[in-house]
Amino acid sequence: MSAAALVLDRIDKVYNPEGARPVHAVRAMSLELAPGEIGALLGSSGCGKTSTLRMIAGFEAVTGGAIALTGRAIHAEPPARRNVAMAFEGYSLYPPLSVRDNIAFALKSRRLDPAEAARRIAEIAELLEIDDLLGRRPSSLSGGQQQRAGLARALVRDADLYLLDEPMGQLEPRLRAVLRGRLKHYIKTRGLTVILVTHDQTEANALADRIAVMEDGALQQFASPATLRDRPANRFVGAFIGEPPMNLLPAEARADGAGIGFVLPGGARLAYGPGEMASQVREAALACGAVIVGVRPHAIRLSGTGLPARVAANQWIGDQSHVAVSFADRAVVVVEHERVTARSGDAVGLSIDAGDLHVFDAGNGAAVSHGEVLA
Amino acid sequence: MDHQSTLERVVRGVLIALVLLFFMFPIVWILMMSFQTNEQILRIPPSLAFEPTLENYQALITGRLETQAGTLDIRFMSNLWNSLVLSVCSVALALVLGVPAAYAFARFRFRLGEDIAFTLLSFRFAPPLLVLLPLTLYFQELGLADTYIGLIWVYQLICLPLILWIVRGYFEDVSPDIEHAYRTAGHGWLTTFRRISIPLTAPGIAAAGLLAFIFAWNNFIFALVLASADKQPVTVGALAFVTASGIQYGQIAAAIVLSITPTLALALYAQRYLVEGLSLGAVKG
Ligand SMILES: Nc1ncnc2c1ncn2[C@@H]1O[C@H](COP(=O)(O)OP(=O)(O)OP(=O)(O)O)[C@@H](O)[C@H]1O
Ligand SMILES: [Mg+2]
Repeated sequence: MSAAALVLDRIDKVYNPEGARPVHAVRAMSLELAPGEIGALLGSSGCGKTSTLRMIAGFEAVTGGAIALTGRAIHAEPPARRNVAMAFEGYSLYPPLSVRDNIAFALKSRRLDPAEAARRIAEIAELLEIDDLLGRRPSSLSGGQQQRAGLARALVRDADLYLLDEPMGQLEPRLRAVLRGRLKHYIKTRGLTVILVTHDQTEANALADRIAVMEDGALQQFASPATLRDRPANRFVGAFIGEPPMNLLPAEARADGAGIGFVLPGGARLAYGPGEMASQVREAALACGAVIVGVRPHAIRLSGTGLPARVAANQWIGDQSHVAVSFADRAVVVVEHERVTARSGDAVGLSIDAGDLHVFDAGNGAAVSHGEVLA
Repeated sequence: MDHQSTLERVVRGVLIALVLLFFMFPIVWILMMSFQTNEQILRIPPSLAFEPTLENYQALITGRLETQAGTLDIRFMSNLWNSLVLSVCSVALALVLGVPAAYAFARFRFRLGEDIAFTLLSFRFAPPLLVLLPLTLYFQELGLADTYIGLIWVYQLICLPLILWIVRGYFEDVSPDIEHAYRTAGHGWLTTFRRISIPLTAPGIAAAGLLAFIFAWNNFIFALVLASADKQPVTVGALAFVTASGIQYGQIAAAIVLSITPTLALALYAQRYLVEGLSLGAVKG
């Protein structure tokens, strides 16, 4: 494996450490990013994404841990010497200057040839569709326009690492989808190393090579979008990734002859014979006893047979049906690609293949198995 | 504005006139007094008609006051100069000290930060006389009594808290990310402060400076206690017009006119900044 571009080594951030209410915003976060890789930080609001970026950029000191960029330790360096570019979450354009000068500002310290600088500005402005705004002052721009100008200012630079904090958060979905593609092309053709913060899973999936899922300041899993979907490391990641989210049901794993039964709340029982579930998965689940079974809405099939459930709501959202059924004292969401005609109150049967089952330890939430394989 | 009725316009005009009259009357009256002799001012019944005379201004500028009891030396022009030196230097010093301090209070949380800031503000609450008496003793011992430096130092009690607290608010209004963006582009902390933070808060700094200047200019008590005749500002110097042969109203009026002129001129010149600066939010993204 090539040397990592960015290494976060157990970094911690505590705000107001001596104050009345210290905030532990980032907890022992470790992460390695390869050169030219796009990493996304994904997590609920307040989980420490911006704090992580600020520590990398140098606006906040790390409370503990180390940060290395292209092999040199940077966590004690001032921001000016880290060679990191950042696009900010909020307003960050310099009000007295036009958009063009704001972007050019970032290039000035490089002593770039003016023609080359102009060419680069024009290129990035066209890419982000702000070329007709270059002469305007920041205060006359809309939120989304300001955000793109800030993004342009970061991307136009030559830096070892680009930190993009919700770079498209204020854009409407159509433009976002268009820019997403162009942005990825721009980043990949230049081989830029990027960390992107986003709330939008589609965006993270489309742009990022790997996604770091964070919760409450701690990194839950850092893996490719496919791995996050197929092999979530714990119940949090399982529930967080995917739309609609994975259904999670507490269960008691019991041996059932050579098979296994998951006893669900309300007495329903997910039972699999010896041939249906891989034996190592069966053993691991039984060893756990109290488990949480997770199943993605797409993996549940509705039929006349199977486990009895009752339809609570049924929505056709244009290309798929979202059916909420009450099952095992819970609301379970099922997605069908065909239009489902069942009405609220109808009885239906659910069937779930053992291969679609994610089993988590009810105690610590860690994944036990994903389908046929152990976690 | 054409949806206004005539009545509304008339009422508005009358109200504005009343306000103007209320605030401008003393100034206009003083201006008129400054062109009259003491006898004309004190005549009964008072009359609006008079023959303007430049006698008062002449006396102030030449420094010789003719009264029935004889001629009197007055140091009005040197008082004016003292006022100017004291106010300008105090404000300049307060800006040099206060603006970086305000920035620090706005941007960084440090131990006792709020307490220090509040202590500085509390200088404004303390009754000046209470501070002055012990201060006089110290100053005499230190050789600072009756020096410009000593006075400018004491004037910091007026200027520094004012500038610190006003300018701090402006720095807090500037998004730190504007500075952060500049710093990631390879600029140090000091360059960022000079090139980004100061220009963005310039209207606020100008407004605070002007306000501090006016407060310093109008100060009376510090200079009264700590300055002797040759360091006195106009506020104290005006006492000289209370002479043995009566109060020289004409000269007082002329002195007032001359002494409010610099502040008035400054305020008019900086009006744009004042309005922009004091109405906050001028620098918000
Ligand atoms: N300067 C600060 N002082 C004290 N606490 C802070 C400070 N900045 C952030 N926090 C706290 O640290 C935690 C993490 O904040 P952070 O800004 O990193 O979240 P985030 O993941 O970027 O959230 P969002 O998605 O809403 O932008 C939050 O609980 C926040 O309240
Ligand atoms: Mg954030």
